[in-house]
Amino acid sequence: MSLLQQVRFLLNITRTHDIVRRYLVVNGFDGALTMLGIIIGFAVSSSADISVIINACLGAAIALGVSGVSSAYVSESAERRRALGKLEEAMISDLQDSAHGEAARLTPMLIALVNGSAPLIISLLILTPLWLADAGIPLPLSPLYAAIIIALLLVFLLGVFLGHIAGRSWLRSGIQTMLIAVATAALIYLFAG
Amino acid sequence: MTVVRRVVLDVLKPHQPNALEFARAIARTGADYCVRLTVLEVDENTETLQIEIEGKLIDFEAIQSSISDMGGSLHSIDEVEVCSEPDIG
Repeated sequence: MSLLQQVRFLLNITRTHDIVRRYLVVNGFDGALTMLGIIIGFAVSSSADISVIINACLGAAIALGVSGVSSAYVSESAERRRALGKLEEAMISDLQDSAHGEAARLTPMLIALVNGSAPLIISLLILTPLWLADAGIPLPLSPLYAAIIIALLLVFLLGVFLGHIAGRSWLRSGIQTMLIAVATAALIYLFAG
Repeated sequence: MTVVRRVVLDVLKPHQPNALEFARAIARTGADYCVRLTVLEVDENTETLQIEIEGKLIDFEAIQSSISDMGGSLHSIDEVEVCSEPDIG
């Protein structure tokens, strides 16, 4: 069985597909909105050095990633152990060496990886224009505004993904999530601007 | 030498993997196995199955190991078909 098939099998027997998907969207959304908030905060403040902005955003991105990994691992380990215990009770046998035991050990790691990497990767993508500008590569618009556009685009894509899952209009779902990001930006401008 | 051609097993398994995946995994333990799986009873967390396996040379240990790998538990061997064959050489 290939690694991908094995992962699919373990997710299938623990019925955790939807949990992985939910964590991907929820924490991805967290990452995008956090970056959007920090970048808009810098955009409305007096001009700061780009390396300071990158470090502030990177610090937040790493913290989101570590928080995602650790919180998901701790909670999912407890949930999987509980589910395995209930199954062992019903089966009146030890399932530690079975696929269920393996799933109880491996799926929390997989879920934690998704939960941590979603905000980290999304944050790093949003920071791309800042890195390019820091490296001296000219951009057609301010790196902060380019990062804001990427953040809005990624939030839109998360909405498209949700629309695809729900089997409804991807455009409507994408616009809905982007409106949330726009409302967040407006609130930040209102209070920090 | 004796060879096992057919066994009928009474097995308890969790709902997952489902009956199709369970039967496939058992069939994969041999080259020419034909597996017939019947779900006899469904409880809150478990299913009771009757599994009939036919093949030219059934490896019972491999089948038993495949069942426990998937979290199943063999309750009884309800039917067997064993044939004797002349030793070659």
